[in-house]
Amino acid sequence: MPTEVLMPALSPTMEKGNLAKWLKKEGDQVRSGDVIAEIETDKATMEVEAIDEGTLGKILVPEGTQDVAVNTPIAVILAEGEDASAVSASRPQAAESAPPVAAAPMEPSPVAASAPATPAVVNSAVAAPPQPETVPEPDVPEGTEFVSQTMREALRDAMAEEMRRDGDVFVMGEEVAEYQGAYKITQGLLQEFGARRVIDTPITEHGFAGVGVGAAMAGLKPIVEFMTFNFAMQAIDQIINSAAKTLYMSGGQITSSIVFRGPNGAAARVAAQHSQDYTSWYSHIPGLKVVAPYTAADAKGLLKSAIRDPNPIIFLENEILYGHSSPVPKLDDFTVPIGKAKIARPGKDVTLVAWSIGMNYALKAAEELSKLGIEAEVIDLRTIRPMDVPAIVASVQKTGRCVTVEEGWHQSGVGAEIVAQLMEKAFDYLDAPVLRVTGKDVPMPYAANLEKLALPSVQDVIDAARAVTYR
Amino acid sequence: MVVAANKSAVGRAPTAKAPARAAAKSPARRSDRMAAVPEFTKAEELDAYRRMLEIRRFEEKAGQLYGMGLIGGFCHLYIGQEAVVVGMQAALKQGDQVITGYRDHGHMLACGMDPKGVMAELTGRRGGYSKGKGGSMHMFSTEKGFFGGHGIVGAQVSLGTGLAFANHYRDNGNVTLAYFGDGAANQGQVYESFNMAELWKLPVVYIIENNKYAMGTAVNRASAQTDFSKRGSSFNIPGEQVDGMDVRAVKAAGERAVEFARSGKGPYILEMLTYRYRGHSMSDPAKYRSKEEVQKMRTEHDPIEQVRNRLLEKKWATEEELKAIDAELRDQMNAAADFASADPEPDPSELYTDILR
Repeated sequence: MPTEVLMPALSPTMEKGNLAKWLKKEGDQVRSGDVIAEIETDKATMEVEAIDEGTLGKILVPEGTQDVAVNTPIAVILAEGEDASAVSASRPQAAESAPPVAAAPMEPSPVAASAPATPAVVNSAVAAPPQPETVPEPDVPEGTEFVSQTMREALRDAMAEEMRRDGDVFVMGEEVAEYQGAYKITQGLLQEFGARRVIDTPITEHGFAGVGVGAAMAGLKPIVEFMTFNFAMQAIDQIINSAAKTLYMSGGQITSSIVFRGPNGAAARVAAQHSQDYTSWYSHIPGLKVVAPYTAADAKGLLKSAIRDPNPIIFLENEILYGHSSPVPKLDDFTVPIGKAKIARPGKDVTLVAWSIGMNYALKAAEELSKLGIEAEVIDLRTIRPMDVPAIVASVQKTGRCVTVEEGWHQSGVGAEIVAQLMEKAFDYLDAPVLRVTGKDVPMPYAANLEKLALPSVQDVIDAARAVTYR
Repeated sequence: MVVAANKSAVGRAPTAKAPARAAAKSPARRSDRMAAVPEFTKAEELDAYRRMLEIRRFEEKAGQLYGMGLIGGFCHLYIGQEAVVVGMQAALKQGDQVITGYRDHGHMLACGMDPKGVMAELTGRRGGYSKGKGGSMHMFSTEKGFFGGHGIVGAQVSLGTGLAFANHYRDNGNVTLAYFGDGAANQGQVYESFNMAELWKLPVVYIIENNKYAMGTAVNRASAQTDFSKRGSSFNIPGEQVDGMDVRAVKAAGERAVEFARSGKGPYILEMLTYRYRGHSMSDPAKYRSKEEVQKMRTEHDPIEQVRNRLLEKKWATEEELKAIDAELRDQMNAAADFASADPEPDPSELYTDILR
């Protein structure tokens, strides 16, 4: 029986990669452990090892192929006596298909990879990111060219542009320099700006957050990268007690122009300690601004605004969104104002309020709801604090109904705040109670099926929208 | 002679190279590792006398206002420790920065901040350095190079390291003094900061004011290593113990440490052996130490009395001249107290200002 070699996943969130190089050719003998190919993503490079003995019978994906989906067969290893002709020519070329959802049972097939052969687990809600309808930013002139960029590239460009613009801007964090960023957000910055301005720190979040705030108090403009915001819990005292409160405690003397940024919330299959959504935690604090973009353009424009802002900014990214591409205006200096929501999809029947990864659920649900004759208006909040409450109220005045969507927990969540704001400011316009779609009230489980249950789903949003529209 | 003393006092050898042997020494031999004390000139003695007495008279007045209900919340007095900040300040130049914890009134006055503004902050009035919004533990003056005044024990060590980072980044030749106590010296972020400061050779002097008690917990009940000058040894940060009750010893050590940091060699630790006469804050049970212990320090080691005695012995000043200085300072503190009592509270509109810029 010929053994298929499948495209391996470098990480749980990887969906596709490039087949950089074949190190063996058809007809070569391979033994278990031989490196047969190299694959790469925008994040990392990995060698593919054979785990079976035999002959490399057929290469199914030639070297140089881009965007090969995880679990696509890339080659066939033949056991003794088998022939390449045994490989069916009618094999489905799976390169275009999305990786299997973890909940679906996997055929146990030998996977030749040096990494554990975990399938990429991607929630159905986020497998194919729906794009918001292009609602032009007020600052983008008509006729502006748009280029497709990943959020990862957009964030890097934002930092690079601001570092070129202002010598006081520097970036520090774990693995931001020589490793090129744990999630490759700082790729290339060390090469352009040098070790003085792109600074690898020890694994010492509390300490380097304090060093960053101290440098900001002296007038520099640090960008402090947390590998993830889960680790920023070690540093939260410096963020809140030092960065957020000192302007007030000093009667306006001491500013902290500093950006704390990094991925927030659940990635995939990393369990409770690496999957928490901290949006509501930081949104609680006067003295902070909290930003959580969904599109690459917003990521770029908001990060540039955040770096220029004289206040401490919590800039919440999302690991699953890093690899997603969307159009970014090709402008020399594109910024998005902090504190402004946008209508990502206009509608008249129900308002869906979301931000960051929550937009994935909201936009997908809006598409499904449209088929049911319910036109949802999707608001991308983008900034959580200061919250653009007038934008939400204006939409609810039109629709009379509202559903909030977030991956964080419901108690004291951002949705709870939106509900309260609507009670105070739009009570007379509401035709139904406002409902919240949130992560379930449990620590994030590891098991794929439980993780899927713990996160919100598109169906949750559809159900909530139907409930408030009584349809 | 002074040079030779300095050489032996620069602590790399005892701290970094032979920590085990040094640790075995009895506390009585601690003084062996301290540098010989260089003499002050008449002008230096008089200046130190005035500056230390200014802090003491300020703190006594603050204690009175607290008792009258004019100062609320926490109020940590610096009485007994005056030689530390006055000696260290003499080693600084314009542009250097100072940061400390919550026992900060002495540091502010040493930096040259106006007693009226400090006192009015203690009483929560609009003329205070933070417009009445910070209080005793949270005051700042960028003009005087004073960066707080921080209420979270140990936070100022990372922040001070960040100030030094900025000096290093700008290559401006400035040095940061980061003060903390024997209690804060056990916080984790202190060591995270030590590591980065030495790794990046940041111009920072860490000054551990060992006043023997973290609130009510004696040093030997909270610290496995009570010689705080050695706390940087695993990071190769030199350290030395200093008689923090002798302003001359403090200034000499401060000059060595500041010069070390300013010349690009990285951080330096000074452990100031000092003592606070008053309680931790205003309501202190004083059950954790004896009255005799406090009295002994006051009578035998008082930093101001030491200077006063030398001035009189050397006939550099008469009793009357010293009394005149004292009277002038008392007047100044009365004026500060009057201002801080009469100044209006902040306008209610200030509630919502200075949250964001």
